[in-house]
Amino acid sequence: MTAAPSLKQTPLNAAHRRLGARMVDFGGWDMPVQYPAGTVEEHLRTRRACGLFDVSHMGEIEVLGPDAIPFVNRLCSNDAAKLVDGQAQYSALTTPRGTVVDDLLVYRFAADHLLLVVNASTTDKDWDWIASHRAGDHVELKNRSADFCQIAVQGPDALRVLQTLTATPLEEIRYYHFREGSVDGVPSIISRTGYTGEDGFEVYAASDEAEQLWNRLLEAGGYGTQEGVLPCGLAARNTLRLEAAMSLYGHEITEETSLLEANLGWITKLDKGDFIGREALARQKEEGVRRRLVGFEVTERGIARDDQDVLIGGEKVGRVTSGSPSPFLKKNIGLAYVPAERANEGQELQIDVRGRAVAARVVSTPFYKRKK
Amino acid sequence: MANIPEDLHYSKDHEWIKVEGDIGTVGITDHAQHSLGDVVYVELPKVGDRFTSHEAFGSVESVKAVSELFCPVAGEVTEVNETLNDEPEKVNADPYGAAWMIKLRIDGGGEVDKLMNAAEYEDYIKAEAD
Repeated sequence: MTAAPSLKQTPLNAAHRRLGARMVDFGGWDMPVQYPAGTVEEHLRTRRACGLFDVSHMGEIEVLGPDAIPFVNRLCSNDAAKLVDGQAQYSALTTPRGTVVDDLLVYRFAADHLLLVVNASTTDKDWDWIASHRAGDHVELKNRSADFCQIAVQGPDALRVLQTLTATPLEEIRYYHFREGSVDGVPSIISRTGYTGEDGFEVYAASDEAEQLWNRLLEAGGYGTQEGVLPCGLAARNTLRLEAAMSLYGHEITEETSLLEANLGWITKLDKGDFIGREALARQKEEGVRRRLVGFEVTERGIARDDQDVLIGGEKVGRVTSGSPSPFLKKNIGLAYVPAERANEGQELQIDVRGRAVAARVVSTPFYKRKK
Repeated sequence: MANIPEDLHYSKDHEWIKVEGDIGTVGITDHAQHSLGDVVYVELPKVGDRFTSHEAFGSVESVKAVSELFCPVAGEVTEVNETLNDEPEKVNADPYGAAWMIKLRIDGGGEVDKLMNAAEYEDYIKAEAD
């Protein structure tokens, strides 16, 4: 089987097929949803040992020039001026209404050199959005998405596995920091970031080095042995980030949800100076949000799924943004928008699971927090 | 390659039925469990419920997806495999054995004869993959 011709491929497409992955259309990309080990084992192996993820579909946009920081700061909610060289920051591109164009990582290589890592399916939209907001700024933008592969090495064994292939002292890279180095001789950006709730790294390198890196990481991680590294598909990536209560663009955050509703006040720096959406967000903060994103646990038999209605007393009050079984906690969990006055821990809810009202309860998030 | 026992009948919805007298035992095929992935939840009907052929009688869920169960022939449920409530993973491990789902008293009307045999079902899943 080969991919439908219209789908985009990462440089690891053939590698996934060789590993026996089941491929799906993910926002126009032909991506592995799971490998033969299966989603549950991939998920648990990442929690216990190490998982390898191809995230080369993510977009990379370079911002170069003396105005790089003020320019990015005008478009993003977090404060890029706080970054030092070698540091990364979670941030969001915001609309004038304070809703979300995309969430992203901002990497600072130098004051005049930033790299924005954005979601795959929104890369073109983000590029147009960013480019259209360049006014008199002295910046040069480069869409580098096709140039980079990105491989995430995640889990308690991630450092040990990656360290066997690099001279860069990984212990010294703090969370949300990065270094340029080489991995198996391949020039790489080694970033201590991830989307799983585990310790781990995201490695960026030239696309044509992807297969070598991937195969060497599988080898170094003891793929095929009892507790060796496992390649993990999008399904495990989703359940891992959900247990960690990290937002997924298009689900928890969209152009219809504000940062404050999504509990992303911590990346909303209202006093850093003006940025797109600042006014709307400041007003919202003062008046209070009407709805809020909460975590919930299903308390009877049933699995909540994306887009199902949230009910209180039989009345529709909100919507599930992500719902799934949690492989690690062995519970059925989810994230949902509910009215702000109903967002307290312990609030009883029902989820409309295909016509059946299933009981659920608001719980604190993250659902899973690793022991440091 | 999917396991397709010779002594069963198969529906286009990927259910199997084993007929003994007027009682049919129903489950999902090896091919179906494989496409679904790790089964984490099974929802089954109650004894006494009646279903027509192709009517949904329950659902199986993996981490990623929900898949409805369709009755291969019309009939009345006489037994439900309650062990799947606590051990849904049996659906992956033993789809034709321990993970049978319901037993039905089959209505007359010869619907069983319209189902596929093993060879026909094998051709059917090959055609679906192309």
